[in-house]
Amino acid sequence: MRPAKAALALLVVAAVAGLAGCGEREQVVVYKQGKYQGKPDAKPWSNDPSAAVYTPQKWTQGDQTSWENALKARNLTQNEYTRAE
Amino acid sequence: MARMKFLCDAERCIECNGCVTACKQENEVPWGVNRRRVVTINDGVIGAEKSISVACMHCSDAPCMAVCPVDCFYRTDEGVVLHDKDLCIGCGYCFYACPFGAPQFPQAGAFGLRGKMDKCTFCAGGPEKDLSREEFTKYGSNRLAQGKLPACAEMCSTKALLGGDGDVIADIYRQRVTKRGKGSEVWGWGTAYGRPDNPQARPVPGTKS
Repeated sequence: MRPAKAALALLVVAAVAGLAGCGEREQVVVYKQGKYQGKPDAKPWSNDPSAAVYTPQKWTQGDQTSWENALKARNLTQNEYTRAE
Repeated sequence: MARMKFLCDAERCIECNGCVTACKQENEVPWGVNRRRVVTINDGVIGAEKSISVACMHCSDAPCMAVCPVDCFYRTDEGVVLHDKDLCIGCGYCFYACPFGAPQFPQAGAFGLRGKMDKCTFCAGGPEKDLSREEFTKYGSNRLAQGKLPACAEMCSTKALLGGDGDVIADIYRQRVTKRGKGSEVWGWGTAYGRPDNPQARPVPGTKS
């Protein structure tokens, strides 16, 4: 009876150890953003849209989503298929 | 938002070097440094000549970041790989690690002394106050902070070079390939001047052509 219990325990331990293989390890280098070693590197959307050279842009200062939308709208102008149709 | 990426359409690039010029002008890049360049293969071979515009590809797992001994690289929220010139020692490891040859080194003195590394910033400036004189002097223009895309991509006359949110430019490219075809399908009269409505049409016999 005792060897059977030991074998069962061993089996459980082996199964748990095997599960470790299913884990996902971080594969990219450390993600540093925004601020770096005391140097200011503000987010692009934290800037005043009217500070843009030549053409004032349209987004709300500090609002990431509105900045992304403004950038996407500008991005889509690179698609002349939609402009021609 | 997805990550900021460049995508160059080899079928469209005409090797005009407009992107290189736009980058030089926008960022006031010094002599001897090319943040972007156009590479051509099979030069002069009809149908086989392809050009592609290359700069820093802002890798998701950038080898330059991995090898830098002073850890001067960082990645922004938008997936742009930037570096701190105050920390850079100009050792050149990043140049050896980069598969695209993106890191550039200005000659900083006599005997070929290397200056601090310079590379494409996706027109996102660097670790200085946004849109400040210091930022421009060290890293060039910060167009992302102005809600604009990189100058090279926006300047591209044939729209071969796309730059911006990876998802958006992938959609644009996908639509392009679906409409025009790919590889040898892109070549020929039909692509240049439109495909005929009636491919079976022939000249009427006996008439002048």
